[in-house]
Amino acid sequence: MTSVSANDAAASARKPARKVPFWKKREDFLIGSIAVILFLLLWEVAVAQGWIKPLFVSAPSRIFKALMAMIADGSIWRDLGVSGMEFGLGYGLAVIVGIPLGILMGWYRRFNAVLDPFVSALYATPRIALVPLIIIWFGIDLPAKVAIIFLSTVFPILVSTITGVRTIDRDFIKVARSFGASDRQLFMTVALPSSVPMLLTGLRLGLGHALIGIVVGEMLGASAGIGYMMSVAGATFQTDRVMVGLLIIAGSGMLLTELLRIIERRFESWRVDTRR
Amino acid sequence: MDAQRPAKMAARGVRLDYFNERIGQTLQVLDGIDLSVREGELVSIVGPSGCGKSTFLAAVDGLINVDGGEIRVDGHVVTKPGSDRAMVFQNDSLFPWRTVQQNVMYGLELQRKMPKSAMIDRARSLVDLVGLKGFGDHFPHELSGGMRQRVNIARALAPDPQLLLLDEPFAALDAQTREFMQAELLKILERTRKTALFITHQIDEAIFLSSRVAVFSARPAKIKEVVDIDLPDERKLSIKTQKRFHELQDHIWKLIDEESARSGLIATA
Repeated sequence: MTSVSANDAAASARKPARKVPFWKKREDFLIGSIAVILFLLLWEVAVAQGWIKPLFVSAPSRIFKALMAMIADGSIWRDLGVSGMEFGLGYGLAVIVGIPLGILMGWYRRFNAVLDPFVSALYATPRIALVPLIIIWFGIDLPAKVAIIFLSTVFPILVSTITGVRTIDRDFIKVARSFGASDRQLFMTVALPSSVPMLLTGLRLGLGHALIGIVVGEMLGASAGIGYMMSVAGATFQTDRVMVGLLIIAGSGMLLTELLRIIERRFESWRVDTRR
Repeated sequence: MDAQRPAKMAARGVRLDYFNERIGQTLQVLDGIDLSVREGELVSIVGPSGCGKSTFLAAVDGLINVDGGEIRVDGHVVTKPGSDRAMVFQNDSLFPWRTVQQNVMYGLELQRKMPKSAMIDRARSLVDLVGLKGFGDHFPHELSGGMRQRVNIARALAPDPQLLLLDEPFAALDAQTREFMQAELLKILERTRKTALFITHQIDEAIFLSSRVAVFSARPAKIKEVVDIDLPDERKLSIKTQKRFHELQDHIWKLIDEESARSGLIATA
């Protein structure tokens, strides 16, 4: 019996790795990379040939030069530092508030009933609409940016956490109850762990909103930061620098999202599991 | 068989109504169920689809309260889930964030009656018992359907229940694995000396496993007949080819068929 099941598991758990050539395994990635390279080449050539004015679209080589200049004079580090600080504080605060509050709202029906109208209203409001209020309350310095990023980020995290805690697989509840679990035990042993995948999704969604918050906040008025740098460069027609800012925002967004995706994937097997 | 053995589980006149919110009507599900299971015995329940078999089992587990009559386990009236009973659900519903061993430990952790090291020892020996030696640290998604159902059984056995309740535990398995698991279940029950109440749609499964098979009528369910399975106590898969096995199968099939026809359902067997 044991030997039979052992084979059984070996087959399902560890499939023998077949040799797949690198270019086949990574085909999509390669095609994508080639497309990007071709696009950059076309861009460069179009500007070099005078088909498009560099004032409008800059050019890869110019953007690279602008980036190098910003690194050389050290201004980029200051901007990155300021924006990073705003992001860290705003996003961190949103996580610290959003997750515990979401867990409470997901678990206690009445608590949820109290807060739900407010959360729904704020979630539905474009967060930019709150900016005038935030400026009245916090001015235009760091606290204002943090507030904008916090408000942009906290709702996706909150709503996902509520959903995660609330959508527990019925079967899991039956099992826990059958073993005589108390409400507290049901919460600790089933509701919390099973909400982790939704929670991670919330963190990932919040990330995108946080980046929007940085740019919006800094464009409204600031003295440093990537968004500030972009708006100043834009106002003075330094298209190259605007593009550098764009690149940094897009790059960090992709990097952070990918990081969370890797963590999410670790928990992916759960989901497959519960939705047979 | 030996009727003098004490009843592990005794249901008397169990009635149960279910209020259907969608149609705003109360449906009678169980209409006076009398059934007893003796110590060390495995009794199966079969019946037409939707007749209330699972509801009855949930009532024995204490997940649902009865509206009339009573269910006693070891003489105590059932009002809520307790460690003297354990349920094996059809959907193995193992916690995907726990390893095999941690899943088996689940009931023990809730009880908090023994030190952690004792829980680990017990879980390990149960994992071995159900034939999964060496798989304690695997996660459920790494296991096949049959193996997961083994873990499910081990998890139910962990708090050392007196009565094991199995709700179509092998229904989702392929035919070959199912036969395998039937034989395994009998071995496990024999080794652990457990009493069991088993629900199934498969008549041959019911006959193969049980000393008695209770046939439920269409809803509202009553017991139509309790069929004594007069086959040798030692059950091997070869028993399924015996003439007596087929006679019993025919008999039970006819009982269910009558009920299905009565309730306007298609025969399930």
